[in-house]
Amino acid sequence: MTRRTALYDRHVAAGAQIVPFGGWDMPLHYGSQIDEHHAVRRRAGVFDVSHMAVIDVTGGQSRSWLQHLLANDVGRLHDGQALYSCMLNESGGVIDDLIVYRRAEPEAWRVVVNAGTRDKDLAWMRSTLRGFDAVIAERDDVLMLAVQGPAARELTVPLLPAGLRAAAGALRGFHAVESPDLFVGATGYTGEDGFEIIVSRATGVVLWEQLLSAGVTPCGLGARDTLRLEAGMNLYGQDMDEQTSPLVSGLGWTVALCADGRAFSGRAALEKQQAAGVGQKLVGLVLAERGVMRRGQPVTTAAGGGEITSGGFSPTMNVSIALARVPTGASGSCAVEIRGAGRPARIVKPPFVRNGRVLCA
Amino acid sequence: MSDVQAGLRYTRDHEWVRTEADGTVVVGITDHAQHQLGELVFVELPDSGRTLTAGEACAVVESVKAASDVYAPVAGTVVATNAALDGQPNLVNASPFGDGWLFRLKPDASDASRLLDAAAYTDFIAAEG
Repeated sequence: MTRRTALYDRHVAAGAQIVPFGGWDMPLHYGSQIDEHHAVRRRAGVFDVSHMAVIDVTGGQSRSWLQHLLANDVGRLHDGQALYSCMLNESGGVIDDLIVYRRAEPEAWRVVVNAGTRDKDLAWMRSTLRGFDAVIAERDDVLMLAVQGPAARELTVPLLPAGLRAAAGALRGFHAVESPDLFVGATGYTGEDGFEIIVSRATGVVLWEQLLSAGVTPCGLGARDTLRLEAGMNLYGQDMDEQTSPLVSGLGWTVALCADGRAFSGRAALEKQQAAGVGQKLVGLVLAERGVMRRGQPVTTAAGGGEITSGGFSPTMNVSIALARVPTGASGSCAVEIRGAGRPARIVKPPFVRNGRVLCA
Repeated sequence: MSDVQAGLRYTRDHEWVRTEADGTVVVGITDHAQHQLGELVFVELPDSGRTLTAGEACAVVESVKAASDVYAPVAGTVVATNAALDGQPNLVNASPFGDGWLFRLKPDASDASRLLDAAAYTDFIAAEG
């Protein structure tokens, strides 16, 4: 049985094409995913991302537990600050990527993980809790909305509880504020300014309707994928998984391998990989011709072969872009095998687009 | 839900064929096909003058989701292609039987009648689910 968010009926009423995703029935688009993509780059769009799992962590040793669980170091966070991190297995493979927020109360944290990995994430987390005074609680009583785009802030702030408006309006990237009923983080998956809002179901449904009335465009998973690809953000299960290390997935910057000796899951394996030399890297590709690069297509570079992990059409650049895993020494131009023919492409450093601006033209 | 126009002929690969007064045939993909593909971002058409055998892969439609081959419904020579699709591939989504046509063939023989009629194609896509 697939699950539905509390907004499902509103999606259907708005004309959404519904598709199964990570065990949920979710909107793919509401008519045109390309129009939705442009709406986020140019103005504001809202995504129902309630399929993602919200997990609250409390307890006297929750910080030490998270420092053991995650490859990035939550010890760096101040109150109200967020961090992107991978959760690794002992071989250094990525179990999932996530955002962790440090909340205002002492030893209170909030973790948001992917929908499709919810069950294995929770199982892994529980298996590592032994010996720590820490408690995890999955929040299945909330909605999560991502409001993204250059006008997202100004359109959203007036709809927030009065006590949060000023703080939310001034929120810096990767920071969050909250009231008892509503949590606002300045995070997202589009490369634009905006918020991710975690809110009780009843309030969330009202907020969704108010955002639409304010002129925010409802957006589906199709636009979410092209926006994140342009923003150079990895998609779990495509650009990295349990068989790949963050070091070959463009995520080395999220692994805190400081000399502090912090013993996190996967650290020993990553240190061994580093010592042996990391042979691959994740790069961006821009196709030099017409056509569309797709996941799985082989890439030929002067330094050896590679493969596309995520590919598609960039509505902002009007050309095909991709993320590809290639040999560490690869640079310059390469050939992508599209439908049996080698097509020329350029190797670039993601992101392709940030805040409406093309960076890899 | 899909629109199937009377008076056209159809293939099981979801192309439609319209025979013109001058004996040439216009080829496109059906409303059902464009709906399945999603928004098109790129269309690759055969060169004018190319001779095609029936069933030959001769064009590619790329959507936000996937690439799909288009097959020649009948044998013939390409006499025209829809240049408007170069800048506006989504014409195929907006008007699959009209402005979103793909190419025009001068058929080797008038064998378009061997294709499915509208009723048979409607049954075919219903059975396909």
